[in-house]
Amino acid sequence: MKLDLPHTTEGWLLLVVVAMVALLGLSTDTFFTLTNFFDLLNSSAVNVIFAVGLLVVLIAGGIDISFAVAASVVQYLVAITVMSIGGGNWVVGLALAAIFGFGLGAINASLIYYFRIISIVVTIATFNLFFGLLMFFTRGVSIYNLPDWWLDRIVLYEIETPSGYAEITLPVVVMIVMVIATWLLIRRLTIGRQLYAMGDNTDGARRIGVNLAGMHFLAYGWLGLCAGLAGVMQAHRAQEVVPNALIGQELDVLAAVVLGGARLGGGRGSVFGALLGVALVTITQNGLNLLGVSPFAFRMIAGAVILVAITLSSGQGRSLLGLLSLRTKRA
Amino acid sequence: MQSKQPILQLTHVSKVFGGSRALRDVAFELTRGEVHCIAGENGSGKSTLIKIITGVYTPEPGAEIVFEGRRFDSLTPVTARQLGVQVIWQDLALFPEMTVAENIAFEMNLSRRPRWVRYDTMRAQAQETLQRLGFALDLDKPLRDLTIAQRQIVAICRALVAEAKIVFMDEPTASLTQTETTALMDVVRRLSEQDIAVVFVSHRLAEVLEISERVTVLRDGLRVGVFPTGEMTQTRLTELMTGKTINHEVRAQDRSDAPVVLEVRGLSRDAEYEDVSFEIRRGEILGITGLLGAGRTELASTLFGLTQPDSGAIRLDGRALALRSNQQAIEAGIAYVSEDRLALGLIQRQAIADNIAITVLDELEERLRLLSGKRKSNLVQDWISRLSIKVDKAEDAVSTLSGGNQQRVVLAKWLATNPKVLILDSPTVGVDVGARAGIFEIVRGLAESGMAILMISDEIPETYYNADRILHMRGGRIVGSYAPVAADIADIELAVNA
Repeated sequence: MKLDLPHTTEGWLLLVVVAMVALLGLSTDTFFTLTNFFDLLNSSAVNVIFAVGLLVVLIAGGIDISFAVAASVVQYLVAITVMSIGGGNWVVGLALAAIFGFGLGAINASLIYYFRIISIVVTIATFNLFFGLLMFFTRGVSIYNLPDWWLDRIVLYEIETPSGYAEITLPVVVMIVMVIATWLLIRRLTIGRQLYAMGDNTDGARRIGVNLAGMHFLAYGWLGLCAGLAGVMQAHRAQEVVPNALIGQELDVLAAVVLGGARLGGGRGSVFGALLGVALVTITQNGLNLLGVSPFAFRMIAGAVILVAITLSSGQGRSLLGLLSLRTKRA
Repeated sequence: MQSKQPILQLTHVSKVFGGSRALRDVAFELTRGEVHCIAGENGSGKSTLIKIITGVYTPEPGAEIVFEGRRFDSLTPVTARQLGVQVIWQDLALFPEMTVAENIAFEMNLSRRPRWVRYDTMRAQAQETLQRLGFALDLDKPLRDLTIAQRQIVAICRALVAEAKIVFMDEPTASLTQTETTALMDVVRRLSEQDIAVVFVSHRLAEVLEISERVTVLRDGLRVGVFPTGEMTQTRLTELMTGKTINHEVRAQDRSDAPVVLEVRGLSRDAEYEDVSFEIRRGEILGITGLLGAGRTELASTLFGLTQPDSGAIRLDGRALALRSNQQAIEAGIAYVSEDRLALGLIQRQAIADNIAITVLDELEERLRLLSGKRKSNLVQDWISRLSIKVDKAEDAVSTLSGGNQQRVVLAKWLATNPKVLILDSPTVGVDVGARAGIFEIVRGLAESGMAILMISDEIPETYYNADRILHMRGGRIVGSYAPVAADIADIELAVNA
């Protein structure tokens, strides 16, 4: 018998996600509803925006631990700015988020590029710096009185189903825009290819004439921008700005993106893979919820699922599973 | 070939680093479509010269660079590239995760402003360039799935896409097999036919003479001269590079009545070597040559106890050996100087002294099993002087030594175990031509003192001039046996490369 196993990480992940979906669809009667699907989209939008941003940094050969905290900083900066200019609106809010986010990313980029410090060290430091400054200046106080435009739910599409209203909200639209924009950047634009080149072989990229400084600002700036937008979206969903609301999220997103085939070390990764990575984590949690599993077991099971998926998509794990079919292929 | 016009002329090129002069008033000339070799030992100024031509270094004032009639005082990397100077670096500078097509046509992604990527155009350009070289590669394969030789083709194609007029190749054959090297030589000839000058830097003299039309020899930063390769021999080239006359004589000693030290009978190991039999007598140097993949190193691994044979027998001084580990081999009196000195033979970051003493640590112990510093330093000093290793301090890291001296440290480390049989696998890899003679002098001396030596090398002249007998291995079997006294080197080379 010849099994046709997937050749790529994305292929394997798709298989796992499909299997999970099938399993959940069969074992619960709520999973396969439009309401649940739209809920999943709404709730994972923030993480997806983070994920595509982080993907760009990973492809460029770096890593960033500080983006979730940066998103919290942006929430505060945007909130304070719009309140001081008398309210603002979505356009102003999103533009400010993008600018502040890019700026924070640029701080990381300059430290990493100009001082030649490895990215994980820099971003662990800026993680602490950003968070420390935030806690110091806010004294840990949340903001509840955000402007109305920020708090009002925006439903862009709505359909009535037997299980209730299924809605698509603003964060999903921002998510879709950022997913497409990131895909265009890394697959369709020449600068995106230069990012891959830098992550793949930094020295080779320098010798062929890639502007490494520019690439650093592009990668960390893009993640900063995504983080800023994600921060504003998160505050929109949560209806408040809490200084430590996003802390810890960076590791979940990192796990999801790496799960999706982005290589720590650079040069490899795709938007599709990152989406699948986030989807797997989200669906796992959602499924456990629907199955009535204790929320205390969520992290444990999510961790186990990530481990299994990563083992499957690694070379060794694959050959373990597909020993038979690999042998026939070699022959 | 027909009279060709020069494409590049350098005159009065000097370069000073700190106090030392890397190049002194050197001239260099290249004609259109020529294959030219720059030969010289490490530190002769080869790489400095290349870096001046590629714009990495600026020469001292007074230098003149004429490229197709245009004068320059110095070049920058950007102007050099614009003029059509391309370098195939030893590490190739390619992108392993990208497809073959994108690697070849990556220049298209280097626009100043962001543009849309044109995958179709890249593919077409890659295809066309591959065809120019007469190669076919799967354009959509990621580069990491290619062999080193195929990657080199990709790197050359990339240079062609950049409209190269001069291509520098830095040790391009260092990690290629014989067949791959031959294929690369064909590519070089094709480039030359398309009027692209190729400048070749290689340690392998046979290759240099085979491929290039002229060779520029550098020594100590000075140009010794430019020579047509037509009337050049390996020996002459070595002499020009080192400035020393090398007295090449084959060993003509009859050892047939000396006692057999190592005897191998019908040794086989699945997929590695088959039915290998030979013996080495006291004081004898036995050479084993053959192409890469002939099973030479695998055989050596078994003799050193790293792998176990499927059948056959090994006898040392008449007693049968069944080695289960290299530890047992060392105890039995077998030493193995591996091919991969950098990775396996030496602990690069550790001190010279520690590297020498590592094989005999138990002998250096005193009461309470503590290491005797005095015994250790005696041993180390003894070997440093016996093998004339040029060291500043025995406490310096091994990595500070030259290739030749590193090889001496490896030898010292193994000789300290007082072996009866010494296995040398490619003992001159990474050792300068001039320093090689010194290594062989030591090896001959060891044989003189009664050691049985097995020397594995793919450089036929090395075995020819230093071994008493030569075995030719191919496909895991011994297919020929020669005595240098009675055989002509050309015949052996012919048989091995056939």
